[in-house]
Amino acid sequence: MITAVRRWWSNPWRPPRVLQALTAGYLIWSLLPVLIAVIFSFNSGRSRTLWQGFSFRWYWGDPIRSVWHDDSLHTALVHTLVLGVLATAITVPLGVAFALGVDRWHGRLPEGANIVMLLSFVIPETLLAVALLFLVDHVTTPLTLGTSAQVAGLVTFQLSYPVVIVRARLLTIGEQYEQAAIDLGASPMGAVRRVLLPMLTPAIFASAVLVFADVIDDFVIVRYLSGGSSSEPTSVKIYNTARAAPTPALNALASLMLLASFLAVVIGLLAYRWFSRGEKGANGIKSFADGL
Amino acid sequence: MKGAGAPATRKRRKLLWAGLALPGTLWLALLFIVPMYVVFAIVFGQVDPIFRTPLPVWNPVQWNTAQFTDVFRHIVGEDGYFGPALLRTAVFVLSASVLCLTIAYPVAYYTARLARHHRNLLLAALIAPFWISYMMRMLAWVNLLQNDGLLNRALSLGGLFSVNIDWLNGRSFVVVLGLVYGYVPYMILPLYAGLDRLQPNVLEAARDLGAGRFDTFRRVTLPLSRPAIVASVLLTCLPMLGDYFTNDLLSGSPSTSMVGNLINNTVLTPGQTGQAGAFVLLVLVVSLVPMIWYVRSTRAEGLAA
Repeated sequence: MITAVRRWWSNPWRPPRVLQALTAGYLIWSLLPVLIAVIFSFNSGRSRTLWQGFSFRWYWGDPIRSVWHDDSLHTALVHTLVLGVLATAITVPLGVAFALGVDRWHGRLPEGANIVMLLSFVIPETLLAVALLFLVDHVTTPLTLGTSAQVAGLVTFQLSYPVVIVRARLLTIGEQYEQAAIDLGASPMGAVRRVLLPMLTPAIFASAVLVFADVIDDFVIVRYLSGGSSSEPTSVKIYNTARAAPTPALNALASLMLLASFLAVVIGLLAYRWFSRGEKGANGIKSFADGL
Repeated sequence: MKGAGAPATRKRRKLLWAGLALPGTLWLALLFIVPMYVVFAIVFGQVDPIFRTPLPVWNPVQWNTAQFTDVFRHIVGEDGYFGPALLRTAVFVLSASVLCLTIAYPVAYYTARLARHHRNLLLAALIAPFWISYMMRMLAWVNLLQNDGLLNRALSLGGLFSVNIDWLNGRSFVVVLGLVYGYVPYMILPLYAGLDRLQPNVLEAARDLGAGRFDTFRRVTLPLSRPAIVASVLLTCLPMLGDYFTNDLLSGSPSTSMVGNLINNTVLTPGQTGQAGAFVLLVLVVSLVPMIWYVRSTRAEGLAA
């Protein structure tokens, strides 16, 4: 018996059961609580811990407290999606242009700009949020607490994502395609527009999806830069009510955010496939994921 | 190397790249660097005596260190009521990072080197927490840890015992475990990327030369994965320094507050905004060295790639 165990243990070709068990255990610990929370959003009673039957009460059924009918939850949901779209629409073009410029321009200024961008990636979010709050409160800017300040803060925090992704992609692409285009008579801008940008579409779409999912889940920046309860997104709503005996409507709100992230990934993938239809080598999920 | 061509074309191309980089650079200058200067101006500025609002002082020559030394005196000194929170932050972040590493390394190692059939599915499951909002993940745990929640019900083994432990009331280990739960996904992916890059022939050579499994791990794999470990620990540690919401959600008590809570509780309080700024500067100084270390290691990697 002992020798059998010892032989199993010392066999170098055996499947790694211990590591497999650890990984499975980690995945269960990581994902099961969220799954339970989503399941309880469909609870027909008020409890978030005792299952009382299946219903859509907290999504649209309950005339007062469901997400569809409760004004504050409804506003939070809409505001989150608005922030997501606005912030992504500004971050991705800004970030892609920055990545292109910093990658090809050699000198001290782009090196410095690159370092600042990397610092903005790794700084604790609370520091940036407080600094921006001070800026909006004490310096006359076109920003006011509320959507404009929130979008500005979000773009600043998220700018590094498209930059890092696009630069990684540029490293793989190399300069030869643009060189060829210029040799064939294109202007520098034309070479970028008609050769480089189409090659960057997986990276651009991947970073758009990433930024959107990150923005709708953001908490620290949007909370400090919010102007009142009408500009509080869902993450702040969850933070405010989580410990105060909420109804499963909160679970429903969080599950809807999950759905929004999931839809963003699906839409991004579909948009990428539509934009790169007819291209060889753009074979769906794999090249989209490679953009990451 | 820039492309061949007349110097005029090269100049045009340089203008093109500069023009593309300019909006982003301006944005970062105005909304990242300037706000940091505003923090300095407020911490080293004055406080309105009546309204207790902070009055920023823009000229560095006129900066007055009263607010900063006030905060500093309350950290170290007889009246040091900020000291425990700072010490606690260091202990929490350190223990959470160590726990994260002990969980993340085996998972990342398995995914990078050993998972063959379901690797993509596994990666998708490991990336999933990034799509799930941090608040939702904490809400899920608040639900489970409530007095009538599933954890207490599971511990009572279906009615055998009556377990009514108040998990969410000022328990340090709950906060640390919450931090681990929240931030371990951020550690797994960089570790995976680093471990994926290890060349299998180096490890095979070690085994061929007679090293056992654990010896190979200790003397070959671990040293080779050190840059990845450093990078992922930094990426996980740094956001934790500003975390206040994990403590607020998982423990309502100020006895487990971290430096993020100190910032959060003072930033909107009249008269104490300068204190919040001082703590922001303190955390910035502490995290500056790791941040610069991370930036340098990322750039070195980028140049070497």
